[in-house]
Amino acid sequence: MRLSEADSQALAGAPPAPTYLEDGTTVMSWLNTRDHKRVGVMFLASVIFFFLIGGVFALLLRIKLLQPGPFFVDAISYNRMFTLHGVVMIFLFLIPAIPSAFGNFVLPLMIGARDVAFPRLNLGSFYLYVLGAAIAIWGMIHGGADTGWTFYTPYSSTTPTQVLPILLGAFILGFSSILTGLNFIVTVHTLRAPGLSWMRMPLFVWSTYATSIIQILATPVLGITLLIVSVERVAGFGLFDPARGGDPVLFQHMFWFYSHPAVYIMVLPAMGVISECVCAFSRKNPFGYKAIAYSSIGIAFVGFFTWGHHLFVAGQSTFDAGAFGILSMFVGVFTAIKVFNWVGTMYRGAISFRTPFAYICGFLYFIVFGGMTGVALATTSLDIHWHDTYFVVAHFHFIMVGASVMAFLAGLHYWFPKMFGRTYPEGWGLVAASLIILGFNATFIPQFLLGNFGMPRRYYQYPEHFQALNVASTAGATLLGFGFVIIFIYLVIALKYGSRSVPNPWGSKGFEWMTASPPPTHNFDEIPTITQMPHDYRTHEPPGVIRVA
Amino acid sequence: MSHEAEPLGLPEGILAHHFSSLDRQNEAMRLGMWLFLATEILLFAGLFTGYAVYRFQFPLAFAECSRHLNIAAGTVNTVVLITSSFTVALAIHFARSDKPRAAAICLVLTLLFALGFLGIKAVEYTEHFHEHALPGKYYAFEEVKIPGAAMFYSLYFLMTGLHGVHVVAGMSVLSYILWRTLQGRYSSKYYTGLELGGLYWHLVDLVWIFLYPLLYLI
Repeated sequence: MRLSEADSQALAGAPPAPTYLEDGTTVMSWLNTRDHKRVGVMFLASVIFFFLIGGVFALLLRIKLLQPGPFFVDAISYNRMFTLHGVVMIFLFLIPAIPSAFGNFVLPLMIGARDVAFPRLNLGSFYLYVLGAAIAIWGMIHGGADTGWTFYTPYSSTTPTQVLPILLGAFILGFSSILTGLNFIVTVHTLRAPGLSWMRMPLFVWSTYATSIIQILATPVLGITLLIVSVERVAGFGLFDPARGGDPVLFQHMFWFYSHPAVYIMVLPAMGVISECVCAFSRKNPFGYKAIAYSSIGIAFVGFFTWGHHLFVAGQSTFDAGAFGILSMFVGVFTAIKVFNWVGTMYRGAISFRTPFAYICGFLYFIVFGGMTGVALATTSLDIHWHDTYFVVAHFHFIMVGASVMAFLAGLHYWFPKMFGRTYPEGWGLVAASLIILGFNATFIPQFLLGNFGMPRRYYQYPEHFQALNVASTAGATLLGFGFVIIFIYLVIALKYGSRSVPNPWGSKGFEWMTASPPPTHNFDEIPTITQMPHDYRTHEPPGVIRVA
Repeated sequence: MSHEAEPLGLPEGILAHHFSSLDRQNEAMRLGMWLFLATEILLFAGLFTGYAVYRFQFPLAFAECSRHLNIAAGTVNTVVLITSSFTVALAIHFARSDKPRAAAICLVLTLLFALGFLGIKAVEYTEHFHEHALPGKYYAFEEVKIPGAAMFYSLYFLMTGLHGVHVVAGMSVLSYILWRTLQGRYSSKYYTGLELGGLYWHLVDLVWIFLYPLLYLI
């Protein structure tokens, strides 16, 4: 790739400071690091590992569903597998994926800081993640749980399977998530570089900030809920047990008070990644910067008042259901504002159709579809028909896989040169992206249809006339799986053999490209002074900064 | 790296490399602590919600069970905890006026009060065990036999138990701070660590101030 003028300047001006990858190469230097970039890379490796495990569970489920009757696994194993698929994908992959991996790596770079506010706490958050994951995996090996990832009482407090270690694991993972969120909020408040006002903050920082608010305010409620269920299992306290005067619906309220905002923990950072990539690959200033920034906060805020839409058929009053339904639709409004602005950013931009841009296209299509079905599901009357069917499964996979995983992959490709100083093979990237987007549609569009015809989720057997659509879905999942395997292979090869990247291969004006790629341990030789908006493509200055002489 | 704003005479290793000044670092530490306290409040909020729901459902049983708690012990414990909050505040005051020895004495007093609190709580728990006033399925208290009584004791043990865990956590924090005080880390130039430990202890105290009327004074 030809060096741009800014790149050559950066190369010529940069002293040969060791990059964060070269600064200590022993295992201990990684395990004992305080460097946010190394913590981010360790998170990235872990979440990808768990994504593969969760993906294998998903494929096994789809193989069983090829046949309407008993096939491949027995019913109890099937129940365990969908539980583990949910637990692994949500607590071990989606929640930490973008904030803890990419957020840790690029957030301090984007705001011109040398590290996050509490580097030791940051490492502690990683070890809590490892501990929580280890306990949960231990539980899975010793039998696993069959409650679904939602742990609904009183089944979860009475089933003989290993629910306890998984509850405990999720409890600890929650604290990892809280500490990361706390660290980011304090970092954004106290460590912004001179000149970086709130209205100049990169949009990824805005959305990560909004995510952190949810992580801090919602996760403790999940913590106490899981703790009560654990105590109930061990000591029969009966808080959620109707036989002892307890109320299982109270569990649902408390669980969804966390778990619905948790959806925005998964999707808000994804929106941040897309905001960055849309600008970089359209070479255009963000259209409606303030609208995108404030709508992140809007989603975080309104997300706290929507949990009741999970309880439409759980004996909630009609008034409550209506109120929660309307509040839930506000999320659609804020999301639509973002989609409008992303498309507005692309309009008349100089689009370069690289792999991240392919994922942006997939993301936009999936979030519009997933979002619109979400608004439909928030309508009480429709939800009563679709409740607990494959329609819901397809809807939330459109958001969680369609939106969040597409954004994760966009970010992975966009920041791969930033993190490792190597380039990935563009051709293979586009092949894999096409496979994934096609495979995804083939997997989940049949599920929308199945749900509408009335096939309930989580059932081991189904009537024979549903078989054709189930086979189509499994075929799609296989394509999807191939796509991920291709990405995994070429990225691992690129880590070692990829050609060396220039410091800013995309010519991006995002602030994280102010420093070298991969960055030196202390990020900046001198803390930059920010004089521009992020992604300001009207000038030919290097991103964000005019260094003060 | 230069730290122009670094005050003279500060012990080694207080100002981290990535902060431009001590003021900025203190601001970050305080904000971090307040956010952490918010998460603690939300952790307890789950139990308070449960309490609200079941008290609304079983008002008679809750009132009746509350009357069988040891109100003297609860009241003494409230006084003990409030006093310990005062001694922590004094410790911060003394550290700020460069009297580390007095600060250390106040911290020791706080720890003793905390132990006293746990002792009284242990006596109460023992009484409950003897009376079989136990949570959920173990409930066999002879004196209150209306539905909802077991639920009261479930909540009572969960709430005071979780609070007790926080007392122990607070004591560990205060012990660490006591050790740091004896090392001479805190002075008028820097006392944020001590201040944050104090904040945490105030939270432990504050939670009890809500638990006491809700459980003992219905």
